[in-house]
Amino acid sequence: MIPEIGHFSLILALFVALALGTLGVIGGQQGRADWMALARPGAQALWALAALSFCCLTYAFYTNDFSVSYVAQHSNSKLPDIYRIAGVWGGHEGSLLLWLVMLCSWMMAISLFSRQLPDVMVSRVLAVMGLVAVGFLLFMLITSNPFLRLSDIPPDGRDLNPLLQDPGLVFHPPMLYMGYVGMAVPFAFSIAALLNGRLDAAWARWTRPWATAAWICLTIGISMGSWWAYYELGWGGWWFWDPVENASFLPWLVGTALIHSLAVTEKRGLFRSWTIMLSIIGFSLSLLGTFLVRSGVLTSVHAFATDPKRGVFILLFLVVVVGGSLALFAARSGKVRAGGAFSLVSRETFLLINNVLLTTAAAAVLLGTLYPLIVDALNLGKLSVGPPYFNSVFAPLMLPVMFFMVLGSYARWKNDSLAELGKKLRPLAIVSVLLGCSAPLLAGPWSWLVALSLTLVFWIVLSSFQQIYRQLKDSVNWKAIPISYWGMHLAHIGIAVCVVGITMVKGYETEKDVRMGIGDTVEVAGYTFKLTGISEVAGPNYNADRGVVELIKNGKVLRTLEPEKRTYFSSTMPMTETAIDSNLVRDVYVALGERLQDGASPAWAMRVYHKPFVTWIWGGCLLMALGGAMAALDRRYRRKALASKALSQGVPA
Amino acid sequence: MNRKALIPLGIFAVLVVFLAIGLTRDPHEIPSPLIGKPAPAFTAPRLQNPQQQFSGKDMLGKVWLLNTWASWCVACRQEHPILMEFAKTKTIPVVGIDYKDKDTEGLKWLARYGDPYDLSITDQDGRIGIDFGVYGVPESFLIDKQGIIRYKQIGPVTQEALRDKILPLIRELQK
Repeated sequence: MIPEIGHFSLILALFVALALGTLGVIGGQQGRADWMALARPGAQALWALAALSFCCLTYAFYTNDFSVSYVAQHSNSKLPDIYRIAGVWGGHEGSLLLWLVMLCSWMMAISLFSRQLPDVMVSRVLAVMGLVAVGFLLFMLITSNPFLRLSDIPPDGRDLNPLLQDPGLVFHPPMLYMGYVGMAVPFAFSIAALLNGRLDAAWARWTRPWATAAWICLTIGISMGSWWAYYELGWGGWWFWDPVENASFLPWLVGTALIHSLAVTEKRGLFRSWTIMLSIIGFSLSLLGTFLVRSGVLTSVHAFATDPKRGVFILLFLVVVVGGSLALFAARSGKVRAGGAFSLVSRETFLLINNVLLTTAAAAVLLGTLYPLIVDALNLGKLSVGPPYFNSVFAPLMLPVMFFMVLGSYARWKNDSLAELGKKLRPLAIVSVLLGCSAPLLAGPWSWLVALSLTLVFWIVLSSFQQIYRQLKDSVNWKAIPISYWGMHLAHIGIAVCVVGITMVKGYETEKDVRMGIGDTVEVAGYTFKLTGISEVAGPNYNADRGVVELIKNGKVLRTLEPEKRTYFSSTMPMTETAIDSNLVRDVYVALGERLQDGASPAWAMRVYHKPFVTWIWGGCLLMALGGAMAALDRRYRRKALASKALSQGVPA
Repeated sequence: MNRKALIPLGIFAVLVVFLAIGLTRDPHEIPSPLIGKPAPAFTAPRLQNPQQQFSGKDMLGKVWLLNTWASWCVACRQEHPILMEFAKTKTIPVVGIDYKDKDTEGLKWLARYGDPYDLSITDQDGRIGIDFGVYGVPESFLIDKQGIIRYKQIGPVTQEALRDKILPLIRELQK
């Protein structure tokens, strides 16, 4: 009964979303206030239905209802509770439902926090998102219904993919989807603006916090995914340029360009076409990512079970949404173009340069991701594009971004003088080069790439500190400095921190693959690892070999690490559980490999890694997200709301 | 309407065409002209014992699996535990081709991770690989009693491929 309620509420949601979409768009064009007034309650009803449906599926998982095909395929009675709940989004159908719930949650949030927006804007934004929801609801109901029943009920489920049985599954996909789907919000604002034919500073001010919020979720989601891959896959890598990773990274790159372009649109009324275009591209890339992951056109470690029917549907959906919005853009963009001059040396210029670089980087990553598909479609053969392409294309585009970032935050709007900028920045540049070139000497062998990266890191961090120092000195009251100013610098420092991690790991990591018997030791980067024993342990739904490895430095045992090799009952594919000792400046990482048969005494293959500063990669991402949160929380976005509240309470605003 | 604003739409249209063509293909499948044909003849020194030569003909009368691997190949490490399990079942002989690899590296790799192969041969210059139309390592060929290639696995042998394709085919071929 419960699964049928879930199914039924999806069907109801389809009709609510249809009504919301059509009434909102038509009502907006014809200026019907009564129709527009339906937008907020409509969005709330849609959210309630989606949430109900989601709860029904969760219930089916929790109660091991294997009559539901999706549950039977992705759960098992021995699966621990927490994974039984997270298993809801462990497969294609359920993750689509999660997608929908996230979309509706963003709509719910807009319906609640939009008092300062005119009704026509709110109703158009919610209508556009409602139409997107229609597409996803149809997709689910036609090709991927999570509530389908089985006629003969299996005694037990097939179990969740062991790779996914990890705390990472609980947090990573919801966060990532939140960001993915969040790109729909600036997209909807842009489409609404094109429909309105009005795109001004006020529009940019409304859109900015939403775009930033989506960007924050995407940042956290991607970095969690990277961290998950790092400790779960057992190969010590933290980014593989896999098509699915790229699918999440592309909207992030474009989203980063978008939030900066929005800043210019708000402050100076410029780059309007850019802003609109970036928000359309950002969401299109989210959809494209969905297509790539679920249609099976590319090979990837993440790919879901594929079905050509699904691919055709998403492609059609993509054509309607992206094609439609690009056509609307072509028809209307003439109206939103606006003049406003800025000189060659100005903040606008530097932000534009960086936006072009970020977009180019996104295009390069997209090309690399789709290249195998294009080559195949042209019958030129089969090939795969690996990390060497991405690394060699991506780094040369990102290093200048780091350089111009500082100029962008230093230069004045509209017009600045190169001489004056030079005077301000020269000491900073000299100190950065000196520090950047000498720091690698402390870490290990000197290489120009490490030196260059670290120079840019110092360049960003020192400039942020200098700017903050000047700002504090110049302002009478430090509380008057808007919180978004701190947010910007924090996010920029986050980039620097992340780059430190990437640079140090790339430059100085050490890895050893060894054969170890009990009592054997191996030394990596000054640490000695001693295998003292291997025991068999039984988990709830797996058996494991657990190694006990002593981590020794200077003759002192720091701690023991316990890497495992697990065999889940449901699949014979062995899984590595790594053991990591982590601190602020390095990780040491042990993974237990195969038991080796040859030789008299038992031995195991072990992989041991020393990864300097690796946690900084994710720490930097968190700083970026935190900085983004501070920027999104700036008071000016809530000003009108506050003022109206003050008035209603009879206090002079 | 200005013309320039149509450019993104044009780019998108081209992209859609490629995606649509992509939908009709399976990226995992590289058609091998060799399926149903006799395996190319080869003779090569054995990895562990270079004085001894091994020839594909030695296996006539047996169903066997020919697997290309290399110590530098990351995907081979992914495939490796599955081959180890498979070798333990002693279903059919597994012959490895150490493809474009240094012998010492290959031997070290086997010592480190374990050796699932009944024997391995060396193919330092990749000649045998070329004859077999190897695109990338790992690739595996299932060869029947008459020396005819019956199945080609591109990329790592997965649990699913083993269960759903290779094992049923072996049972059929062994009849």
